[in-house]
Amino acid sequence: MNKRMNGREVTCGRAFLLLLLLLGMVNQAGAVLTIEVNKGIDAGIPIAVVPFSLEGLADVSHPPADVIESDLGLSGKFDTIPRETFLSQPSELRSVQYKDWRLIKAEALVVGKIINIGNGQLEVRFRLIDVFRERQLAGQKFIIPENRLRKVSHQISDIIYQQLTGTRGAFDTKIAYVTVEGQEPDRRFLLQIADSDGYGPKTVLQSSEPILSPAWSPDGNWMAYVSFEQKRSNIYLQNVWSGERKLISEYQGINSAPAWSPDGRSLAITLSKDGNPEIYVYNVDNESLRRMTRHTAIDTEPDWSPDGRWLVFTSGRSGAAQVYKMPSAGGTAKRISFNGQYNAGPSFSPDGKSIVMITNQGNGFRVGLYSDNDQTVRELTQTIQDESPTFAPNGEMIIYATQKGGRNVLAAVSIDGNVQQTLRFQQGSVREPAWSPFNRKL
Amino acid sequence: MRKTLSYVVIIGFSIAIAGCGGRKAVEGDVQVEAVDGTAGASSAGLDGSGGTVTSGLEGVDSAAGADGDLLGKRVVYFEYDSSLLTLEAEAIVQAHAQYLASAPGTQIILEGHADERGTREYNLALGEDRARSVANLMEAMGVSSSRVQIVSYGEERPVALGYDEAAFALNRRVEILYQ
Repeated sequence: MNKRMNGREVTCGRAFLLLLLLLGMVNQAGAVLTIEVNKGIDAGIPIAVVPFSLEGLADVSHPPADVIESDLGLSGKFDTIPRETFLSQPSELRSVQYKDWRLIKAEALVVGKIINIGNGQLEVRFRLIDVFRERQLAGQKFIIPENRLRKVSHQISDIIYQQLTGTRGAFDTKIAYVTVEGQEPDRRFLLQIADSDGYGPKTVLQSSEPILSPAWSPDGNWMAYVSFEQKRSNIYLQNVWSGERKLISEYQGINSAPAWSPDGRSLAITLSKDGNPEIYVYNVDNESLRRMTRHTAIDTEPDWSPDGRWLVFTSGRSGAAQVYKMPSAGGTAKRISFNGQYNAGPSFSPDGKSIVMITNQGNGFRVGLYSDNDQTVRELTQTIQDESPTFAPNGEMIIYATQKGGRNVLAAVSIDGNVQQTLRFQQGSVREPAWSPFNRKL
Repeated sequence: MRKTLSYVVIIGFSIAIAGCGGRKAVEGDVQVEAVDGTAGASSAGLDGSGGTVTSGLEGVDSAAGADGDLLGKRVVYFEYDSSLLTLEAEAIVQAHAQYLASAPGTQIILEGHADERGTREYNLALGEDRARSVANLMEAMGVSSSRVQIVSYGEERPVALGYDEAAFALNRRVEILYQ
């Protein structure tokens, strides 16, 4: 046990260094991100990822083994075994000497190769091997242009994760977030989309006014968000691919907090056009509005249950912000959060069994997880300025915004609170993260 | 048409409400100057730390002291997670409502803000609620709602940085902006 823990620390440190090296290479590309592992689990699955052999090419910019090792290490569910301890470097199943891997206590082994097949195309092969049973668990071949190598590496990580944990991996996904650069009066707000590990941010919207609440459509093709570009909060839809934009809500008062229905045909939004902030459902097809709440207190931050039958939202109707649940067909709202004086910003888990929110139970504003089982909001973090928690599409991790060293950073925590990471960007402050759904095109 | 509107915000709710000097120089395009009188009202701050903070989207005229002049105060402050007007805020809003009654063409924007604690969207709603509290009192005093525009920036535009009660208190505010 003790040995394992040490192994994990070494491994995490190594993954971190590798990541730093990787990211150093793209320094000129813009905001650079590093990931710190703040807390990992005691014992992950020991896995060895052998550097992929290269045929017909001297080098690749994003070696798959590096990306896979980093993905698996950061998930907290694996102990990636340091390469310098490897006794051999196989790239095919037939050349694997199982005793070499049993000796260094690897339970799983990843090998692969990259073959230059000409015309800028690469063939990438990998195999996931069970060391004890001496058999292949998964194997696949990809033919891709070189610039997709990093993406394919994440897809391989997803396959490994699924095989060994039983849960779909979420490495081949994206994160949208808002970066703020500069100080007043020259602040710039950037809506950006990066890989799930923070790599390769692309700016999809820039404004001198605040941008808030990016929300992915269930198919991952659209984003809804709030922009103050007209000096007030309005809701826009933007096509992720074409950049096509549509202003969908500019009523008097606030237009905010968009949340897509699971079928992608509606958005729950907050409008104050009728007197104070209330929840409405906006139909994307016919642009009709349905009012859901009717209360003199603030109602905002709606989210849909994955089956589409329920809405949760924040309301001040008890005298302080708390989370309520109501049928999406309309009806009575019932308070569900009773731990602490403040609970807000609810967001459903993909399985619908829990709801992440910001909770203040006397220890500051922390990520809290409400479970349907015991109807309790449990603190997951130890920080005091957490905001905007949302689930990864596989429900294993929660990404949120917080403060560290006086800066706004993004952080991630596993649903059991055992794995915690900070994503630290070199420039600007980052906030309002939203994890994309599964969409292999992204 | 807009003219520069300058003001100095003196922190502190302890400024005597009674000390409302006359309002002055309000013709056509709004230009409010501070008046006189109750000088040196620079009071204790909310947290007892005192001090003067200047604020304003249109610039700051540090020479004009807004001291006892309620109309010179263009910012009202709120308690944590509350949209209720304090007595101090109520007095300031009433003074503006009275002025608006005497200046029929004048339009205002009420810009609501929140401190940074809690979620951004809830704070956006809170800023709006605060601005609406101010608007409701003005409307109750006879100001037509068509002259009052509300906008909320939530926690997006803090005037004071820092994660402490002194900063929070300054950021929980509604700014009264004459057009």
